[in-house]
Amino acid sequence: MGEERGSGRGPKANGATPAIEVNDLTVAYREHPVLWDIDLTVPAGVLMAIVGPNGAGKSTLIKAILGLVRAAAGQVLVHGRPYAENRRLVAYVPQRGSVDWDFPTSVLDVVTMGRYGALGWLRRPGRREREQALAALAQVDMVDYAGRQISQLSGGQQQRVFLARALVQDARVYLMDEPFQGVDAKTERAIVTVLQQLRAAGDTVVVVHHALQTVPEYFDWVTLLNVRRIAVGPVADVFTEDNLRHTYGGRVPFYASPSPGDVRALG
Amino acid sequence: MSVFQDLFFDYTLRTVALGTAALGIVSGVLGTFAVLRRQSLLGDAISHAALPGIVLAFALTGSKATLVLVLGAAIAGWLGTLLVMLVVRSTRVPEDAALGIVLSVFFGVGLVLLTFVQRRPTASQAGLDRFLFGQAATLLERDVITIALLGALALGCVALFWKEFKLLSFDRDFAATLGFPVRVLDVLLTSALVLAIVIGLQTVGVVLMSAMVIAPAAAARQWTNSLTIMVLLAALFGAIAGVTGAVISATGSHIPTGPMIVLAATTVVALSFTLAPERGLVWAALRRRRQRHAVGAEAVLDDLYALARQHGAAVHGHEVGVLDALRGRSVVRRALAQLAEDELARSDEQGRWHITASGRAQVERDRTGGA
Repeated sequence: MGEERGSGRGPKANGATPAIEVNDLTVAYREHPVLWDIDLTVPAGVLMAIVGPNGAGKSTLIKAILGLVRAAAGQVLVHGRPYAENRRLVAYVPQRGSVDWDFPTSVLDVVTMGRYGALGWLRRPGRREREQALAALAQVDMVDYAGRQISQLSGGQQQRVFLARALVQDARVYLMDEPFQGVDAKTERAIVTVLQQLRAAGDTVVVVHHALQTVPEYFDWVTLLNVRRIAVGPVADVFTEDNLRHTYGGRVPFYASPSPGDVRALG
Repeated sequence: MSVFQDLFFDYTLRTVALGTAALGIVSGVLGTFAVLRRQSLLGDAISHAALPGIVLAFALTGSKATLVLVLGAAIAGWLGTLLVMLVVRSTRVPEDAALGIVLSVFFGVGLVLLTFVQRRPTASQAGLDRFLFGQAATLLERDVITIALLGALALGCVALFWKEFKLLSFDRDFAATLGFPVRVLDVLLTSALVLAIVIGLQTVGVVLMSAMVIAPAAAARQWTNSLTIMVLLAALFGAIAGVTGAVISATGSHIPTGPMIVLAATTVVALSFTLAPERGLVWAALRRRRQRHAVGAEAVLDDLYALARQHGAAVHGHEVGVLDALRGRSVVRRALAQLAEDELARSDEQGRWHITASGRAQVERDRTGGA
């Protein structure tokens, strides 16, 4: 279902190889299905939100694409080739709470880690990597914090550091796990600006997102997920009250207005 | 004084000091990674699990050469680690329980084997029990060479894969998405930790060796926010604790070395936890006190502002007693002193307190700012 509800429309969906193609993906924790038979095509150059209730498997979907959780079945292609062969094209922004922010290291150091993959084994980061890291910090308005110990950052600043670490990877596909979770207004604006810059450059961004009311404003593509894929496609077509009710099982939280008509207008 | 002289000129003592310094450095460095990866307990499990390996290595080869025994210890320590991972992955037993089970089972088996071997009528079995609590006085030059070589291997591993180990310790998932084989790195880093532990067993003993892994690293964390400096400091603390403890034990009346080294390490930890700037308890207490005073001063300033408004007249003074009734005596005294210093309030000749113009401005600024 859902395929006919949306995808296939819009200029970006046609022609070129999709940025991400997920086929028949199933993930289970101890026989309990978390994701069930997911088919998903993300055209290159879109800004896509993944929305769904708690426990819908949004983070798991991203982690399964990245090979961080083992899939019981399924296949993931990135720009037409298996993820393992094209991983250099993919950057990951994990949930902020997934690491220990008391780790003894500086902001610049963390951002430089985004270059480690390109550096490969044994080679140490040098001046070039430092400059790349500083440039990425400038993009998220955090240059002044380069020398800070990471435990001295606010939640929003931590999030921007993680975003900068992904930016130095110079990838074409960005997967972000709840980057807007609990951040201040300034950080939210900074992230949105970066997302738009990435899309303008033709990159693809997939964001696990919670706040339904900002979906039409921030994103042009959306996946509605609740263990199964409910719908995927342009926000204007797919982000309807009907689909949302379907996804959230009758109750649509935090989403009174705008009405579906407004959604279409915004998208 | 003579101890210091002996340290340089007495052959036995110098050997002991060199050996314990080397193992202190190695366990400090690898301990840093263990502590940062929250694997402190793993060190304890590895060292206890090593005991049956030591006894079996001796029983099978009849040799007491350090290299042979250390090899046996390493194999058993590794098996123990593997077993922990297996239990965690294939059952619902949580990791801490798995560590506890493996630790006590391996250690128990080790003790049984040790008793069994020591009952045998051969003379050469004597001395294996030094692996329980450690005996630095038994260190010979060739032991020190073994310790140094194996230690260098572990340190070389850390130097070579420094960037990878740092990334693995900070954000394992991110390392995996960059294409680093995190399982292999896990095995490599854990192997280096096993090496660091087994070379210390003869000197420190299986029972207390984990303290040499945890204590120097925990102390080092207090002083710095840089991983490089933390590793260097942990190495230094490890060496200091090792040499101090071993020398006291070797010159004294055969006190087991392990407990002495642990006491020395504990002293370093205690000093670090209390005195280190920023993270130390003394600094934290001072910071809390400053904060409490600031809050108290602000509250009293609020009171003065409210009182002045109630009485209409801006310059209406108030007895300290009125303020005391609102906040409590000691808070008010300290607060008034602070406010007077900042010129937010002043007292007149009768000892009545007034809020000043700038005090009033500050309260109003705070209120609008907070709204």
